[in-house]
Amino acid sequence: MVIKNKEVGEKLKLLVENLNFSLNEKQIIEDMNLYVSKGEFVGIIGPNGSGKSTLLKNLYRGLKPDSGVVFLDGENVYKMNPKAVAKKIGVVGQENVIPFDFKVEEIVAMGRSPYKGFFDGDSKKDKEIVANAIEQIGMSVMEKRNYINLSGGEKQRVLLGRVLAQQTDLLLLDEPTNHLDIQHQLQIFDLIKGLGVTVLSAIHDLNLAALYCDRLYVVKDGRILMAGTPEEVLTSQSIYEIYGVRSDVAIHPTTKKVTITYLPVSLLEGDN
Amino acid sequence: MKRNYIQKIINQDEPNMKIITILLLIVSTLSILFSIGIGPVSVHPLTVIEILFSKLPFLTNENNWTQVEFNIVWGLRLPRVLLGMIVGASLAITGVVMQALVRNHLADPFILGVSSGASATATLGMLFGAFSIFGTYSLSISAFIGAAVTIILVYTLSRVNGRINVTHLLLSGVAIALMMDALTRTITLSAPNALGLHNATFWMSGSLAGAKWGYLTLPLIVAVICMIVLMSQYRALNALLFGDETAGTLGFNVGRLHKLLILVASLLAGVTIAVSGSIGFIGLMVPHITRLLVGSDHKRVLPVSALLGGIFVVWTDVAARMVIAPEELPIGILTALIGGPFFIWLLKTKK
Repeated sequence: MVIKNKEVGEKLKLLVENLNFSLNEKQIIEDMNLYVSKGEFVGIIGPNGSGKSTLLKNLYRGLKPDSGVVFLDGENVYKMNPKAVAKKIGVVGQENVIPFDFKVEEIVAMGRSPYKGFFDGDSKKDKEIVANAIEQIGMSVMEKRNYINLSGGEKQRVLLGRVLAQQTDLLLLDEPTNHLDIQHQLQIFDLIKGLGVTVLSAIHDLNLAALYCDRLYVVKDGRILMAGTPEEVLTSQSIYEIYGVRSDVAIHPTTKKVTITYLPVSLLEGDN
Repeated sequence: MKRNYIQKIINQDEPNMKIITILLLIVSTLSILFSIGIGPVSVHPLTVIEILFSKLPFLTNENNWTQVEFNIVWGLRLPRVLLGMIVGASLAITGVVMQALVRNHLADPFILGVSSGASATATLGMLFGAFSIFGTYSLSISAFIGAAVTIILVYTLSRVNGRINVTHLLLSGVAIALMMDALTRTITLSAPNALGLHNATFWMSGSLAGAKWGYLTLPLIVAVICMIVLMSQYRALNALLFGDETAGTLGFNVGRLHKLLILVASLLAGVTIAVSGSIGFIGLMVPHITRLLVGSDHKRVLPVSALLGGIFVVWTDVAARMVIAPEELPIGILTALIGGPFFIWLLKTKK
């Protein structure tokens, strides 16, 4: 299928069609179709090992799909050169360990790489962009600090800063708040939401997904099980289907967003 | 006061690259001048300078030196010291490249068996003329082939699910080094000429003793070209430290980059080992010390490592010819004596 309607095509940031990926003869992604419109904040939810990370890696060319097409602004991602893709897609993946220490500002400055040719140094403009990115992640006072000594939340903010310096209007994020405490989870998502760019993010925590996402895709066993707004997707019935967990779903009076309370088996049995 | 000044220059926050580079260049020049004079027969540094100046055109003044001194300075020590600079720089850079390639600070051409691989094919070429079709450069090319084969083997063996596994890396390095050393021994024992044993011992222990002017050209050209190529890729080398996927998302063609780094490391290691045998641990120690001085940015690590590596090898070579003078100790034995403990220290202090 090609994008037939030009008007629809112009609103689309990312379009994925019939994506298949297998590793060691095991099908990990099976015939996935999804889209992200410009300016949307879209979440991918699903159990561990369902294929969320693999899907994202296929989109940012970390892995090569067996078949299927990924359109970025109407252009086939696999036919673009790596630098052109890097100017359009910013990625925060799960890799955040480095063998050698760098300073915060050095890591953020790496985001300028796709704009640089051989031997190019950092221009005045690059330095401005990097300084702005560091300010956005609230690390101006720590710009000379060493990355290895930072806390988990600070590291994640630095990686986000690198992506900001990359100045892309699409962010692909793979559980950006994994292993962070609640304060930092909200801080990171508020920051991302405040950027006003298009976001596709794998999110582990359903309540967080409900708070920030415009739409959700549910991935299970390598397939897209459901898609829709958080209200449509996150019902106690669907949550049981996806995770096998009983829950109580309500609209929170303050946030006006879906809020989920899990009902553990031990408590339910106690009631009977 | 003075201490403050030193701290300012070697400041982790803003390493002043101009001053550091100039300082290192001065130290390199002084090292060359002084180390030429030191040896079983010592020559005064001023005499060394006079002899060197006499080689410049239009500067013919009276000779204050003996013919023996001239022969030692011009014919023996100067090529040896210069070769030491080139070899040290090349080995240090090889270490930097391999560490970026496998994302580990323990990578070094000697530890990962690359030196052994290069020695094996070099011996094969030397004793059986296996690569004689390449003429004058057959030795360098045969060492390059051995280095390349080993790097590719170690790199492939240590990748588990697309990631470099440190245990696999070190163990496959050890296994391949042992296999290659066995191969070298087999070749030397079955060698058709009696020179074999002596020459193979040379490869395995490493030495700059046989340096001639003719040995300098190829290693120098290769070192300069590789350095230029690497400096043009310094951002890619930095990005690679975050992992292949991250480097990819920053716009680098990771597959091509890995091939380039394997080629560069093999060239540097092969050509160097062809002229000096395997001098170990330079690629491990020098980049590590460099990072302590100027941080991890490859834009700074590459040139500083090269200069420090050269200085380090020149002075270790001075020690090699002085320790049991007039006999010579192969420099490789000395670097192993220093480098071995250094490796263990790194292994113990870093996770």
